[in-house]
This record gives sequence, structure tokens and C-alpha cells, in this order.
Amino acid sequence: MAPADPTALHLQPQVAQLNADYARAIDDDRLEDWPEFFAEECLYTITSADNHRQGLPAGLMWADSKGMLRDRVAALREANIYERQSYRHVIGQPAILGKPGGETADGARAETPFLVVRIMRDGRMDLFATGRYLDAVVMEAGALRFRERIVVCDSSRVDTLLAIPL
Amino acid sequence: MGATDPARAWPGATLTRVPFWLYQDEANYHAELRRIFEGPTWSFVSLESDLTRPGDFRTTFVGEMPVIVVRAEDGAIRAFENRCAHRGALIALDDCGSAKNFQCVYHAWTYDHEGNLTGIAFEKGSNGRGGMPPSFSKAAHGPRKLRTATLHGLVFASLSREAPPIEEYLGEAILGRIARVLGGRRVRVLGRFVQALPNNWKLYVENVKDTYHASLLHAFFGTFRITRLTQGGGVLVSPDGAHHASYTIDRADDRSSAAYREQGIRSERQDYKLADPSLLESVNEFGDDIRLQILTVFPTFVLQQIQNCLAVRQVVPKGPGAMELHWTYIGFEDDTPEMHRRRLKQLNLVGPAGYVSMEDGCVGGFVQRGAAAASDEVSIVNMGGEGAESDDTRATEASVRGFWKAYRRYMDG
Repeated sequence: MAPADPTALHLQPQVAQLNADYARAIDDDRLEDWPEFFAEECLYTITSADNHRQGLPAGLMWADSKGMLRDRVAALREANIYERQSYRHVIGQPAILGKPGGETADGARAETPFLVVRIMRDGRMDLFATGRYLDAVVMEAGALRFRERIVVCDSSRVDTLLAIPL
Repeated sequence: MGATDPARAWPGATLTRVPFWLYQDEANYHAELRRIFEGPTWSFVSLESDLTRPGDFRTTFVGEMPVIVVRAEDGAIRAFENRCAHRGALIALDDCGSAKNFQCVYHAWTYDHEGNLTGIAFEKGSNGRGGMPPSFSKAAHGPRKLRTATLHGLVFASLSREAPPIEEYLGEAILGRIARVLGGRRVRVLGRFVQALPNNWKLYVENVKDTYHASLLHAFFGTFRITRLTQGGGVLVSPDGAHHASYTIDRADDRSSAAYREQGIRSERQDYKLADPSLLESVNEFGDDIRLQILTVFPTFVLQQIQNCLAVRQVVPKGPGAMELHWTYIGFEDDTPEMHRRRLKQLNLVGPAGYVSMEDGCVGGFVQRGAAAASDEVSIVNMGGEGAESDDTRATEASVRGFWKAYRRYMDG
């Protein structure tokens, strides 16, 4: 493992705060706020460790624009049918891996572990997903935003359905 | 009152009533494993593109039977039960890989690519003591072998000698519908996911064959006119009822249709617009204006084309009240970068989080739970009449009745 690029390390508390805010938005059912954690040009996808290791690009969700993230929320609110449920994210400390690459001056690449418990309307609670976020975060309009968030679930198996984003 | 179980009977010869015990009964489930999955049917087991070189293998299931599918040295694809002849342990433990031969980890019994038992550790014993009796014949022992058949890059397997050749099993019409999507193409796998569903396997298969539900349950479909019952299209049912292909043809003339509004159906929302409509920017890649084709091969295979989003699905039963759906998202080796990206984007439509498929993940469970106390009650499969023939409307349950027609033939003998 290459040592972290020290020039990005100072962002660690800000990345941790971004993750905490992100989790609160989803877990508090403020899904309309969720796309706002992303940069205008962004990539969000949910995959599995097996697919990621094999370089298979498909995702359970796959969005390459902020508009697609908004559409995901609109579909969940207006179109899709699923039993009432909520998540509780527990997000670990981000490891800062370096600069985000490209021409972006300020930002970081980070890897952060997560657990998500799903709570169903009848009270059933399950460990729904575990994995890691592979992120590229950038400074946009004075705030840190995800330019890329690859959600790599440890398992390829999904119980029943995946409605709410991870 | 006696303590005996109630009689498990069908309500006469009609295909329009399906008793709920069929989704619940343990004994019936085990009969299905024998008569259908180990019977004269063909089950999808792999894509040919996953087995390119000799020794390449995948492990999967036919019913509950674990199976190894492997490309042998002679280039043929073989399949055999993933069960050591010795004590019954799994022989291969990985989902896929490449192997010169297969060795059971328990006592190191060895198998070749055809599933022949070729080696027994300490067969002659040690220092002249122990070992297998000289009369023991390796050739007479081994895991069960399955017949295999390849078709447009799909690999099917059957444990039965009685299963007709795959082409005859499917019939001309279904063969043509498979060739339409896969014929002459080299498949590229884009990803794999497993969806664990809390329902009997037949509820999912019925759901896939049920052309009536698509635009009613899946509001996304209707709102964006990916499919609507008022669009052109229909359902093709194989003569024996077993297999089906449903399809919609893109036509602009139904855009103002009031049919859905008149029904007061939830899925009609004129005000629902995509912020990023590139999701639905499709190309007519098969040149026939068919935007959607869903095809099943009895008992448990699904080939799906929704616009440019392609996938194969394999239904794996896991007891009377549970199943797994094994998704393999595919494209083709010769896809342009634009088509590749389009497929990745449109895969949002399907899978466990799919805009037009996530409901299918929970609706089977709704039936399983709703009918939990209704073993001797029946569900109604009467849309479009009583028959199981092809139709040029999708407001019918003909292909669901076709499933039960085939099911009863296998189960009742």
C-alpha cells in the first residue's frame, strides 16, 4: 500500500464530516439532499468486491450525472414500490490515499469502510450491506463534494431489493 | 378431525386456478426437484464465454444440485454433479476458475473434466496395509453426469436421457427469439449479482411470464412508456406452454392514450420527467423496433432485452419459501464505447435496484406472506381466457397458464 500523499491529509476531518453528513441525509430520509453531496460532474455506482476485483463495470445503481441521482430519488418517491424501510449507516474513518487526480487542485482520494443496517416496517433489522466507499472528493463552490463514489459491497448478494442508495 | 394433512389436489383440469399449497408444501417441493429439475428438462448453467479455454469452469446449480460446468480438453463443455463420489463433499469450492483436474479437499479423490473418478489417495494403502479393496472400480463410481447443449452462447444441462434435443425442447419460435438477441454475437459479461428472494421459485417464474403486471406494478415502465399494455406487442407461448417470449414494439401512436387514466391506475403520471433523459436514449440494435423482449425457458431461465440493457437470469430454488436469482449483465465483445456506456446506464432499469424490476424482488414475498394461511385457497389466472396460446395482446395471463400446463405435465406424469 502506497503511503498517503501528505498534501491531501489535511482534508481527512473534512472527508469524515462529509461522510457523516451523507449518512445522516440518507438515514433521516432526506433523500432529496443526497445528490447535493456530489459534484456537478460525478460518478456514483454500487458494485461488489467480486465484480470490482474482476474489473466488471456494471453496477446495481450507476449514475454519471447529478441528474441521474435526482432521478433515482424521484423514482423512489414517485414510481417504485417497496415496503417502508430505513437504513442506519455506520461509517468508519476515511483513509486518505492521495490527490484526486486530473487537473483538480484541491481534493483527495479516500477509502472508507461502512456498515448498513436495514430496518423494515415490521421491526426486522438486518445487516444489509458492508463494504467500502472508494471516493474522489473535490472542492466545489467552497465545499467538499464527491466527484466519484464507488460503493464496493463485500458481498454480491442482495436481500430482496436495494431501494435506498448506500 | 384427523391429524392427516389435507389432500393436495388441483381444482380440476383448469389452468385458471392455482392452489397456494403449491408454493408452500415441502413434499411437493421435493417432488419438483426430482420430476422437473432432475427430469427431462434443460437448465441454464453457464455462458459459453465464461468457459473459453480447456479447464475453465464455473460452479452453479440445477435445482438444488450443485454442478460443475467445465470446458474439457477436447473443447466440449461437460457438466457433472459437484459431489465427491466418496463422502459427498463439494468437489469445487470456487464460483469459477481454471483446473487441470478437480480434487476433493476432504480425502483428495480426483476427477477429470468429464467427472470421471481418476484417482484415490492411498488407493493401494500404505506399507501394504489398508487401501481400497482390489475389487473397487473407479469407473463404476462418480458424481452424476449431465448432458450439455450449447445454443447461441448459452450452455444448458440436463440430468435426464429423456430430455429431447435442446432445439426440439424449445421449438422454432423460441429459438428464433433467442437468436434474435444472441445469434452470431460474442457475449461480454458486464457484471454479476445475486438477489435472494423470500418466495417460492415458481412465484418469480410466473412473475416473469406475467405480461399483465408489467406496466401496472412497475410505475416507471408506464410513465416513461418503456412498455404499456396499449403499446404494440404480444406474447408468444411455445406449443407445450413451457417457454415464452413477450415483446413490445415501439409505436408513437399511443402517446395520448387515455386508457390508463380511465382505469385510474397509479402508474399514470404525466408530470413525471427525467432530469437526465439520457437513461432512455436507446438504439434499435436488432433492427426490428422491438424495445423489450422477455423470454423464459422452462423451468428457470430468463433472457432479457429491455431497450439496450441485456441480462440473463437464472432462478435457483432454495426450499419451498426461498430462492436466489442469479443475474448476469451482458453486452457484446464488439460493442462500441457508446453502446457499452449505454448498457451500463440502462442497467439501472434492472437487477435488485432496477427501476423496472425492484418490485419483482418484493412482490413474490407479498404473495408468500399474503397466502400463508390459504394453502387450500386458489389464485386466479384468468386474464385473456383459459388457454395458453400466443396472443397479440399482453393483457393476458396466457404464458402463466402455459407454465402451469407444462408444470402439470412434468409433475403429474
